[in-house]
Formats: sequence, C-alpha cells, structure tokens
Amino acid sequence: MEYRTKAEVMDATAIDRALTRIAHEILEANQGASGLALVGIMTRGVHVAQRLAERIGRIESAEVPVGSLDISFYRDDVATHVHPEVHRTDIPFAVDGSTVVLVDDVLFTGRTIRAAMDAVMDYGRPACVQLAVLVDRGHRELPVRADFVGKNVPTSRRERVRVQLEETDGRDAVEISEPVGEGA
Amino acid sequence: MLSGKHIMTMADLTADDVAQVLDTAVSFAEVNERRIKKLPTLRGRTVINLFLEPSTRTRTSFEIAAKRLSADAVNFSASASATVKGESLRDTAKTLSAMACDLVVVRHKYAGAPQMLAECMDAHVVNGGDGIHEHPTQALLDLYTMRERLGRLEGLRVGIFGDIAHSRVAGSLVPALRKVGAVPVVVAPATLLPARPDVLGAEVADIRGSGCIDGVLADLDVAYMLRIQLERAETAGFPSLREYARLFGMNAKRLAMMKPEAIVMHPGPMNRGVEISAEVADSPRAVVLGQVESGVAVRMAVMYLLLGGADSGAAV
Repeated sequence: MEYRTKAEVMDATAIDRALTRIAHEILEANQGASGLALVGIMTRGVHVAQRLAERIGRIESAEVPVGSLDISFYRDDVATHVHPEVHRTDIPFAVDGSTVVLVDDVLFTGRTIRAAMDAVMDYGRPACVQLAVLVDRGHRELPVRADFVGKNVPTSRRERVRVQLEETDGRDAVEISEPVGEGA
Repeated sequence: MLSGKHIMTMADLTADDVAQVLDTAVSFAEVNERRIKKLPTLRGRTVINLFLEPSTRTRTSFEIAAKRLSADAVNFSASASATVKGESLRDTAKTLSAMACDLVVVRHKYAGAPQMLAECMDAHVVNGGDGIHEHPTQALLDLYTMRERLGRLEGLRVGIFGDIAHSRVAGSLVPALRKVGAVPVVVAPATLLPARPDVLGAEVADIRGSGCIDGVLADLDVAYMLRIQLERAETAGFPSLREYARLFGMNAKRLAMMKPEAIVMHPGPMNRGVEISAEVADSPRAVVLGQVESGVAVRMAVMYLLLGGADSGAAV
C-alpha cells in the first residue's frame, strides 16, 4: 500500500523541546538519576534513549546507562511475522533493583511494550519499569500506558506515524501519512 | 524467513538464507550467555528429534535449541522407536504427522531419508545428518565459528582433511564454503577421496609428492580435521591409524607451519592422537568447543527462521 504525507506534527525544535521536558520529568519522578537506566527499543527507541540520557547527564551531571533491546523473539506474532533483521540486545548494566525506563519512538497498540517488559525481566528483576515515548498515537490493544509522553497525536488506525531521526534518517521530524487512493 | 520450507542440503539455502541464519544466530548467542537462557519465541510449537542413528551431541544441541526457544522438544530415538519393530520410515512420518508436530529433525543412516520424510508429512524437516550425504546445520555452525574467529568468510582458504568420500560433514561444508565465497580445499590420500573428486566443487590438494599434508598448510586459514571413523578403520583406505596420524594428522609441528592466526576445527567427537593430537586439541587455536557453542545458537536460528512467520516485516 502506498502512503502520502498528511501532516508534519513535530519538527526538529518540537522534538528537541519534548525530549528536554521528558528528561526533566524522568528526573523529577525518580528524584534524581540514581539507580536509573534507560533501555531503548530497536531501532529508533535506542536513539531517543541516547538523547534522553545525554540530557539527563547534562542536567544532573550523572551518567545514566543506556541499553538497547531487540524484541523480535518476544513478539506475540512470531507465528505470522518474522522480522528480517534481528539486532543484538545489549543491556550493559545490572537490571536487578534498578529503575528501568523503556524508551520507544511511537506508542501504538502496546504489544511492543508488552514484549519489551518480558525481555527486560529475563535480564533480572528491576525495582520498577517506566515507559517514555516520543509520540503516543492511541489505539491500545493492551492495558499499557506511558509515564512520559513527548506528544499525544490523535490518529486513525489506517494512518501511519513516521518518526524520523537525525541518526537514522538524516532529519528530525514526526509525520502522519495516510494510504493513497482509498477515499479518505 | 528462509526461501525453502525444509533444510535437507546446502542446496536448499541461498546465499541470503545463509547470511540470515548466521546473523540471526548472533542474537541467539547473546541469549545463551544470559542467566535466564530462554525465550518465549516458539511457545506451543513441537519439535521432534527423530534420531534413527546414534548421536548424542547433535541431538542434544537440537534439543537445547528447541527448549531455549520454548518449543516442546520430543526425542524419538532408534532403540526406543517402532522402527526396530519393523515400522517403515513412511509410516513413522505419518505417525508423527498425526501427532501434529511442527518440525522434525532427522538423522538417518541412509542418504535421502529426510527427503522421503518430508514428502509424507506437513511439518518442516531439517536434516540432522543423512548417511554419507549431508549435515547442513553442522556446516552452518562451522561457518558461524569461522566468521566469529576470523572476522570474515569471503576469501578464506579452508583445508578439509580426512575421509572426504564418506563424510557428510564435508558433503555440506564444501558447498557451504562456496556459497559464502570461501575456498574449500580437500586434502586426503586418493583412497579417501570419492571416485570423482572433481565433482566435489573443491580444490583437491596434490599431495602425491610428499605423501603427507605438510605442503598444503602454509596458505590455509582453517584446517578442518574430519573424524576418522575408528569403527570402520579396518576397511579404511590407509594401512594403520598410526600411519594416518603420522602423515595426515594435525600436530603441534604442523600447526606451527600454518599462519599464526589460522585455526583448527573438528566436528567432534575427536580421536585424540589420530586426526588431531591432544596438544593441538587443547590449544587455544583449536576452536572445537566454540563450534559446539555456536551449534546451539545456529540451530535456534534455523528453527526460528523455519517456524516463524508466513510474511515478514510488518510492524505493530
């Protein structure tokens, strides 16, 4: 199916501001950076997590470890979909007793987050797991809620939310696109 | 996703398939280093290990791979099965099919048994070694180990030493190496080569002058020592095990003739003092245990890629 861009809902400045705010909110909610670790979900979630860690580091002058998680093997749709590219999961800190903030670019059905929680639990028993997302587009299929949200973007189910980041796409933007030629 | 439904021979896998298996196995290798070595990926799927020829390490490797993916692994071995009561392979296949299994790993003493099995059942079939034909997952784990230790596959010169004519390991390794752009070189006395060595697709080292392997070692990146099957040494194409060890075995002196970064591989179980000396087997340049370790990750990748998904790439 072909998609055409309908609207740009965040530009580089808006993304930058949202991440700075989320960094402050994470620190406020956890009363500092002690015991805190960020885990980004492959692939764009990892870049968002790195940016958050950098901001948290600047605000608190503390280094927050960042892990990356590939959830392919934890998905609930393995029977129907296999992801062509599987990345290596890297959790460079002890999960036991830590406060893990899962980070993803878009929160949609909640299934990815369900899988990510299972994956993190296999590395140990975190004291607490929180969720930060750049965009919440609604349409949950599981009881999952983000603790920190960059922007709530109301969408229809047929639309796509495309997060572009400097690191992977050469520019920072969030766009909504809709399928072409189906009568809007 | 792989291009075929089964893995019978290396010919069933494209170069892309091989790359996908090796890359996916990297992620599974990471799982095998964790404290909790288990993924929910294949929950509810059933894997049957149909081993109609004795095998411990390959069967255990497949069993561990299935269990780490949360599949239910059931072992069906020759001595305990109805085959000793005279059941045909075709009936065994239909029986297993009726039990609704998803994947069957088969080891059989006759070449072609996996193909026959696949024809009478719906499940995916993986060849776990058929006669003197092929043993594709062994070749895949060998490629994985070479790539891990040497950082590349393309252009590697891999010497395969031993009973080439009767080796299913060589039967899969030669085409596997060619598929990834490496150069297989078979090294054996003429009595251990197949009648038509030219159809192997490998370079055949000329050792007629010296009668031993010394001359071929210097430009190899890998020396792959095949197991001499002691049980058939009586009828083998060499006078004695001692002579074989002296002329064709890997030892410390020969290892020193190889490039400093070259490695020694062996599919196991090793006959120390025959095809490989104890000193070499225990040296850090022998990666035999690394091969065993890779075996689990590679077999997990094979099962995951065969059993997962009808279509790919959809994002939720």
